[in-house]
Amino acid sequence: MTTVFGKIRDLVSSFLRSSESYEEAVNSFIRELQKEMIKADVNVKVVFELSARIKERALKEEPPEGVLRREWFVKIVYDELSRLFGGDVAPDPYPKSFPWIILLVGVQGSGKTTTAGKLALFYKKRGYRVGLATTDTYRPAAYDQLKQIAETIGVPFYGEKSGDPAEIARKAVATLLNEYSCDVIIIDTAGRHGYGKEESLLMEMKEIAEAIKPSEVILVIDSSIGQKAYELAKKFNEWTPIGSIVITKLDGTARGGGALSAVVATGARIKFIGDGEKLEDLEVFNPRKFVARILGLGDLESLLEKFKAIEESDEVRKRLERAIALGRISMRDIYHQLKSIKKLGPLRKVIDLVPGFSMLKLGDDMLKGSEKKIDSWIAIIESMTYDELDDPSIIDRSRVRRLAIGSGRTVNDVRELLNYYELINKMLKDLKRGKLRLKGVDLSRLGGEAG
Amino acid sequence: MFKKIRGVFQNIANKIADVVSKKELTEEELKKVFDEMELSLVESDVAYEALPALFDELKKKLVGAKVSRFDSSEVMELIKEALVDIIARVEPKEDLVDLIRSSGVRPFIIVFLGVNGVGKTTTIAKVANKLLKAGMKPIIVAADTFRAGAQEQLALHAERLGVPFFKGKYGADPAAVAKDAVIYATKKGLDVVLVDTAGRMHVDVDLVEELRKVVRVVKPHMRILVLDALTGNDSLEQLRYFDSNVGFDAVILTKMDADARGGCALTLSVLLRKPIIYVGTGQGYDDLELFRAKMIVEKILG
Ligand SMILES: Nc1nc2c(ncn2[C@@H]2O[C@H](COP(=O)(O)OP(=O)(O)OP(=O)(O)O)[C@@H](O)[C@H]2O)c(=O)[nH]1
Ligand SMILES: Nc1nc2c(ncn2[C@@H]2O[C@H](COP(=O)(O)OP(=O)(O)OP(=O)(O)O)[C@@H](O)[C@H]2O)c(=O)[nH]1
Ligand SMILES: [Mg+2]
Ligand SMILES: [Mg+2]
Repeated sequence: MTTVFGKIRDLVSSFLRSSESYEEAVNSFIRELQKEMIKADVNVKVVFELSARIKERALKEEPPEGVLRREWFVKIVYDELSRLFGGDVAPDPYPKSFPWIILLVGVQGSGKTTTAGKLALFYKKRGYRVGLATTDTYRPAAYDQLKQIAETIGVPFYGEKSGDPAEIARKAVATLLNEYSCDVIIIDTAGRHGYGKEESLLMEMKEIAEAIKPSEVILVIDSSIGQKAYELAKKFNEWTPIGSIVITKLDGTARGGGALSAVVATGARIKFIGDGEKLEDLEVFNPRKFVARILGLGDLESLLEKFKAIEESDEVRKRLERAIALGRISMRDIYHQLKSIKKLGPLRKVIDLVPGFSMLKLGDDMLKGSEKKIDSWIAIIESMTYDELDDPSIIDRSRVRRLAIGSGRTVNDVRELLNYYELINKMLKDLKRGKLRLKGVDLSRLGGEAG
Repeated sequence: MFKKIRGVFQNIANKIADVVSKKELTEEELKKVFDEMELSLVESDVAYEALPALFDELKKKLVGAKVSRFDSSEVMELIKEALVDIIARVEPKEDLVDLIRSSGVRPFIIVFLGVNGVGKTTTIAKVANKLLKAGMKPIIVAADTFRAGAQEQLALHAERLGVPFFKGKYGADPAAVAKDAVIYATKKGLDVVLVDTAGRMHVDVDLVEELRKVVRVVKPHMRILVLDALTGNDSLEQLRYFDSNVGFDAVILTKMDADARGGCALTLSVLLRKPIIYVGTGQGYDDLELFRAKMIVEKILG
């Protein structure tokens, strides 16, 4: 998939690096965000609403501990966008009752008929008895198109080449239900936009819906649609309340912001995306992926990971408190901390999670070295046996060598870790006995033979 | 004689009035009005990327122009006129029918291309209808051998219009179908060969190559890109990719009747400058109108 709202990624990183005041930074970020959303075809009104909300939250709320306010701000953007898509959970695509009747509506050429086929294949593969039907008597050969698709998939088909679409829909449901005992019935309709000459087609759409009382009306939206998406979706929703949305043609270069507009206009959720002409090219909508796509994948993903890690850091703190109370820390605790630090990185900000480290006056060079150190320590601990984890004092010369080989590190690295382990435990013990007020500990002194 | 003198006086009086009430438009003032206008442009689906180039053009045209000191709406009017000028560059010089007629080429071959679902097939039927009405003999060629129902769709159009139809087999090589059709049309002395191709994404390397092959093999006299007027910023991507990977000579803008504002016409006129020969305004055969710059500017700026 191509990157949606591509530039936001750069934006985010330049934002994270900028030296303006927080409020200034928020303002310039909002401006850039608006620009990018408009480029991505999000409806202008939606852009303003959304960015106003983001700004308000950004200025008002306090970031959790361990997070820069600016990073917190990017998280808010993510939250607000994913909230529109129904939160951080994938939609449930499965029928809630039987028969499950789907009515597909949308603008001309948006991909309804193709999507009808894709849905049929999707549900058939999952064991449902699917039936396809068309009520499109306008577009030449709309009947043949869906019939050929139904034959390819191997599902029953109902359609008529002329007549009243509502009546055809009624007969289609009856036939597919009674003669084929279908439990998922997918009804295709003619394309329409409802302006001017086509106004009557909205009434017709409503009549079809009333005739068959669909379990779900699905609006099919072309990902390349521009500003009009909002108004069109709203119109459709007024005549036949939209239950879900399918975005098509995401295999192109369009950023898909029109779908976001449609979501805001209808309150419906996006259920599937289409990313190709073939019938297999359908995926259940993944809000996280889509928002990540909207904001430019990489950085956002790691940022979200970090926020998850922050929740975890509570756990780290608890373990640490316990260690201090006990006057000793296990290798497992150390491992847990190192892992959390990795997720939380950069080290500068999370250093206080490690006993002793917060007391250190570390230069950036040293920190860099420490990050590498953390990597190798994690690898070494991962090579330890349960026995070694429970009681590191059993790690003799040969075990050190084995651990070095197993983790792809040097013997020195292993020694360093063991020294650290001992040092920390001694510190904790002294701390408990009240012998020690924590003072600076030079990291370089943690070294093994070289130290 | 007296009339002439009065004329001279009138002239001088006008000039004085000008000096008092008019001033030269500065770039800053233009920028201010343009910024206010930007929202309308964006809401009309003018590609965001086209805005700087558009502003540059307006700057060249308008900075230094005499405008009223007291009435800022005049600047708006000036911009409107300038926009009409800019878009008018992509108005067709002559109607397609006349162009074909005066070319003297028989058969005149046109290949239609564009992304999925924009309206290629329907537009071909509309163009065939126009040619028929002008007394020409077109043939419609179904080189979309991929999409379900594509053959039947075009066949039905041809039947309804009473136009000869050249069928392709599903799965057949579109270039071969098109080539055979041209040979057939030549033999039958037909005037225009209208080749329908399957919709495809401009970034689909294989399918774009397939299209290039069609073009290579039939050597069309015209390649028409069909563009959906509802398209947002992606219109620019479609225009650019098709331009650099296949090439096209003219554009037809469809679905204008969906209350589309047609901002992509402005994008096109600023960044690519290919003529827009028609706009589609409905699903009927007669719903094909000549493209007019004025109409688009009215839609964009109201
Ligand atoms: N590349 C790509 N093409 C798609 C996708 N979904 C549909 N299409 C294509 O889009 C075109 C239009 O699809 P249809 O299913 O006929 O659209 P429709 O909404 O039924 O059209 P009308 O019935 O005329 O309103 C066809 O060429 C489809 O193959 C998709 O996800 N990706
Ligand atoms: N309202 C309106 N509908 C149009 C217009 N032009 C085409 N359509 C409709 O758009 C839908 C798709 O048109 P097609 O001609 O099948 O599009 P296509 O580009 O050939 O599609 P593919 O071959 O699948 O890529 C059909 O329902 C047409 O009736 C137009 O100007 N106005
Ligand atoms: Mg259809
Ligand atoms: Mg077609």
